[in-house]
Amino acid sequence: MGVAMKDEMLRVENLHVSVEGTAIIKGLDLTINRGEIHVIMGRNGAGKSTLANVVMGHPAYEITEGSIFFQGQPLEELAVFERARAGMFLSFQYPAVIPGVQVGTFLKKSVASVRDEAPKGRAFRKELTEAMSQLEMDKSFLSRYVNEGFSGGEKKRLEILQMLLLKPSLALLDETDSGLDIDALRIVSKGINQIAPQAGCLIITHYQRLLDHVKPHFVHAMIDGTIVKTGGPELALELEERGYDWLDMPA
Amino acid sequence: MNDDALEAVGDYRYGFHDPENATIRFDKGLSEQVVRDISALKDEPQWMTDLRVKAYRHFEARAMPDWGNCNLLDSINFENITYFLRSSDKTEKDWDNVPDDIKNTFNRLGIPEAEQKWLGGVTAQYESEAVYHSIREDLEEQGVIFLDMDTGLKTHPELVKKFFGTVIPHSDNKFSALNTAVWSGGSFIYVPKNVQVEMPVQAYFRINAKNMGQFERTLIIVDEGSTLHYVEGCTAPSYSTDSLHSAVVELIAMEGAKIRYSTVQNWSSNVYNLVTKRAVAYKNATVEWVDGNIGSKLTMKYPSVLLKGEGAHAEVISVAYAGEGQHQDTGAKVHHLAPNTTSNILSKSISKKGGRSSYRGMLQVMPKATGCRSKVVCDALILDDSSRSDTYPTMEIGNATADLEHEASVSKVSSDQLFYLMSRGFSEEEAMGLIVNGFFEPFTRELPMEYAVELNKLLELEMEGSIG
Repeated sequence: MGVAMKDEMLRVENLHVSVEGTAIIKGLDLTINRGEIHVIMGRNGAGKSTLANVVMGHPAYEITEGSIFFQGQPLEELAVFERARAGMFLSFQYPAVIPGVQVGTFLKKSVASVRDEAPKGRAFRKELTEAMSQLEMDKSFLSRYVNEGFSGGEKKRLEILQMLLLKPSLALLDETDSGLDIDALRIVSKGINQIAPQAGCLIITHYQRLLDHVKPHFVHAMIDGTIVKTGGPELALELEERGYDWLDMPA
Repeated sequence: MNDDALEAVGDYRYGFHDPENATIRFDKGLSEQVVRDISALKDEPQWMTDLRVKAYRHFEARAMPDWGNCNLLDSINFENITYFLRSSDKTEKDWDNVPDDIKNTFNRLGIPEAEQKWLGGVTAQYESEAVYHSIREDLEEQGVIFLDMDTGLKTHPELVKKFFGTVIPHSDNKFSALNTAVWSGGSFIYVPKNVQVEMPVQAYFRINAKNMGQFERTLIIVDEGSTLHYVEGCTAPSYSTDSLHSAVVELIAMEGAKIRYSTVQNWSSNVYNLVTKRAVAYKNATVEWVDGNIGSKLTMKYPSVLLKGEGAHAEVISVAYAGEGQHQDTGAKVHHLAPNTTSNILSKSISKKGGRSSYRGMLQVMPKATGCRSKVVCDALILDDSSRSDTYPTMEIGNATADLEHEASVSKVSSDQLFYLMSRGFSEEEAMGLIVNGFFEPFTRELPMEYAVELNKLLELEMEGSIG
């Protein structure tokens, strides 16, 4: 096993993952360096979301074989919150509702737990206001409860807002573009493009249309728990046009 | 460190205690003589002595409730309780004159500081009696009476006689009988017509001695068109043997009056907390009970409102937190006795580490009370498999025009919520604390901010060491 490159953010080696005894990921390799945007496309059930969740440390998934490294460090021993504090971020496909907890309080506490220093009142407010105006979010968001009664687009914007504030070194974006209208898609893309140069990005999507706004370096086609083909942005167009059948392994 | 000090060490932040410097201390145990001695010591009018004795006899004759947590109730040893303990000869108006130990205790509890910042008056009860009492001059000038109950009986005997025991008769239940027999301390408040008391007044109840019984008695009368917000807090040292707190609180809201009564109960887990709280609301009056139960071994308390006048409104918002070895048997009762009366009941409970929380509610609509509306919402959150939550709602609806809603839910913290929060940098304990604070938010937002912040901190502390 080689020494990690200085700008290596994520390395996945021969990963096998099961949920309740069913194998979902069956031998996957992937390396993401700083400044790289990777896109994974695939059918429902191909194991895309599982990959994002297992990298973040979801307890429901069991790694049966292989390893995951973040900045060269094996993740095995790190709890979910330690991964977050180390600089990993997952934008959820379905973010959880936390009733009674105001967005403002939540953001401040989250930033305080991830950064070494607790954010200062005024400086943090300024940072927050800037990020929110960039994402065209109204201030009234701050007094709402986390994801409660949020539309799909609002949930995704809150995810991206958190990403901007937490400034991760590795951003995993799980179907962040699903269910967004054109405006929301443009706004969300702006957030991704802002974070991308300093981080490694893994974008999971079904659609090529996000890629009108975000330029990936690598596109991977995932089928039945493995990456079967890797290419540039043109692969995304091809997948959208032709579907996945042409990539299926012969039985 | 002696044994007592060791006993006081634990998670509970208010478990410290002072040395006992009683000026008068009755021997443990209860008898008619004890009841007469309390009355004589306080130099009370004959009618009060007679009422105490009558109540004592009722208490003796009355069986324990056959519902609730009977095992815990039956384990109360009434002979091992001190029924009267005077720790200071006078109720002072200046903290500097309060004995040092006691003053330091209230300083640690933050009472004098809160008084300066945001309260209209404070009464501080230590064991059986108030050691400190003060009201802002402007309130006094408007004719507001805010006294400890003993002083109230002395200085306003007619007013007290007119209302005392009219909302909660001594024979209401075994513990209202006990309180009526041995009551000492508590608050007496009268707000004259059309006076809006802007700043809350606060009572703080502290038990210090071992095996102490605290039996404060509170009577609040808010006259026509007036408003009052009363806040109470309570704590006690942690001991390995039990103490008993059994209060009676009577509220009277005259026509168009509004009373809000907020409680943050945080007794140590060796205290039995068996309290009767009831209000009467006349025409277009509003009574709000905001009732938080965090501490105690067993709490049985169901704040009630009798909606006696047309258009009266009741609001009961309560939360209960049952941790290890605790049973919170709480709830609300609302009786719609007049037409077009309305009520809202919101009850939220959390059970953890084998704790048990029970919601017990009564909603009654009388046949002649037409056009009433009521909404009852009960939410329970259970944090682990060893904990328990029960709901015992009773509805007696005697009128078909009533518009009623009832919602109940029992939930667990979902693994999705935990994973989400942990992915944002929160440890599992911090995540739990956040979820718990959020769950109680509909309650905490009703508290004065200082209390809300304190309560949130308290709940976060409770979540420490709760995982794994």
